[in-house]
Amino acid sequence: MIPESFAYSAPTTLDEALALLQEHGDEAKILAGGHSLIPMMKLRFASPTHLIDINNIPGLSYVKEEDGYLKIGAMTKEVEVEESDIIHNKYQIFIDATKLIADPQVRNFGTLGGNLAHGDAANDHPAVMIALGAEIEITGQEGKRTVGIDDFFHGFYTTAVDEGEVLTEIRIPAASGNYGSAYHKAERKVGDYATAGVAAMVQIDDQGRCTRAGIGLTNVSPLPLRAKRSEEVLIGSDLSESVIEQAAQYASEDCSPSEDLRGNEEYKRHLVKVITKRMLKKAISRAK
Amino acid sequence: MTKKITLKINGTEHTMEVEPRMLLVHAIRENASLTGTHIGCDTSSCGACTILIDGKSAKSCTILAVQADGKEIATVEGLATAEGLHPIQEGFHLNHALHCGFCTPGMMMRAIELLDKNPNPTEEEIRWGIAGNLCRCTGYNNIVSAIQWTSAKMQGKELPSTEPKFV
Ligand SMILES: Cc1cc2nc3c(=O)[nH]c(=O)nc-3n(C[C@H](O)[C@H](O)[C@H](O)COP(=O)(O)OP(=O)(O)OC[C@H]3O[C@@H](n4cnc5c(N)ncnc54)[C@H](O)[C@@H]3O)c2cc1C
Ligand code: FES
Ligand code: FES
Repeated sequence: MIPESFAYSAPTTLDEALALLQEHGDEAKILAGGHSLIPMMKLRFASPTHLIDINNIPGLSYVKEEDGYLKIGAMTKEVEVEESDIIHNKYQIFIDATKLIADPQVRNFGTLGGNLAHGDAANDHPAVMIALGAEIEITGQEGKRTVGIDDFFHGFYTTAVDEGEVLTEIRIPAASGNYGSAYHKAERKVGDYATAGVAAMVQIDDQGRCTRAGIGLTNVSPLPLRAKRSEEVLIGSDLSESVIEQAAQYASEDCSPSEDLRGNEEYKRHLVKVITKRMLKKAISRAK
Repeated sequence: MTKKITLKINGTEHTMEVEPRMLLVHAIRENASLTGTHIGCDTSSCGACTILIDGKSAKSCTILAVQADGKEIATVEGLATAEGLHPIQEGFHLNHALHCGFCTPGMMMRAIELLDKNPNPTEEEIRWGIAGNLCRCTGYNNIVSAIQWTSAKMQGKELPSTEPKFV
């Protein structure tokens, strides 16, 4: 399968890329890892007339802690996250998630920025970013702006990244104190999108009270979903078995999965409940 | 509009005029006439088209030829030398790790990066490591054995038995 014809540019600076985006408007698309875009172009679900490859722009790929944030450059590849020491030591949720995203060859190319900018509720990083309370830095010709993750996903394949803009950085409030996070998705086979997935983050004070909690759900609603009632019941609690049970119950009630080849609605709600419980327990044990 | 690109495949430079929409796998198979790299699914799933770009395993059906301009590409054709087979080829041969052979070039190219990053992988690490490569014939066990054998060979360790295992 071969995509429709397009023109190709590979700028070496962000300014050049932004100028090209401006010039070509909605006919143009950014090419990051290409592992969502090229398959869509081969199937002719997408037919941009101009591809702007941003792989040759230096400085968009890093994982670092700075100013109270974990900062991840938009062009950081899944494999680079998997192999980062900071991630291994403090943000194990990414180890859980990347292992379940596609396969090693895809992870050699797919970028975190692309995974979010693609705007697909079936992708795994959106739920992770919701649980961790990420902010997304978007750069346009007028400068930079920051959007909270809850305002980032607008609809199927649409996000807060407007025409003429590039997603440049992901910022996550840095782990501090007793902090733990975990992700799991049920999938039919390696490389499949989630039947249902749950990301969980908790922070616990020295008395054992939960001071922060985040729960994000993958592929069980039209947009990546924050399980708000679940978070509310966790924050301020002692994270007892019954609190976890209640949080999991709320998550299963508040999502809106649709029946497809991966399962019916009831099954998916059940998965959300079971995985929420397990991921909360895993995050709590990692926090301790 | 075509673009002039140079792919350095197995050490030899191939300069070609390509449309930006040409997939790397077609440039390798059709323009460079190296047909060892296979097309299985053409939908980024099976790994038959796996090659190395600057040492990293890649599904060449999901990469544009223009993206690989100036890069070092390794395909199955570059594995054997005048001295003989590459250890991974020897491993696959001795461990009966192929039947029809369709998945084999991609499987071996993937295994090379796996062993490069992790010279002594566990069985579980090997199975996760080849998760992007499908084989419709072998049932994978002999492929895992072949990679274990190659790991031992490349590290100069005692070689595991290559007697067929019945599991
Ligand atoms: C076989 C296979 C299995 C997969 N399985 C999973 C899975 O289980 N879970 C999962 O989460 N993903 C999965 N993916 C998707 C993969 O993770 C993609 O790499 C990812 O969704 C997109 O990242 P990319 O860098 O490849 O983006 P691209 O494909 O290059 O881009 C995707 C979209 O985002 C836009 N874009 C990209 N970067 C930017 C930016 N910085 N600024 C503005 N716009 C941008 C592009 O214009 C395009 O519209 C799978 C892919 C394949 C091929
Ligand atoms: S042909 Fe490329 S992954 Fe199947
Ligand atoms: S040997 Fe036939 S597909 Fe693997």
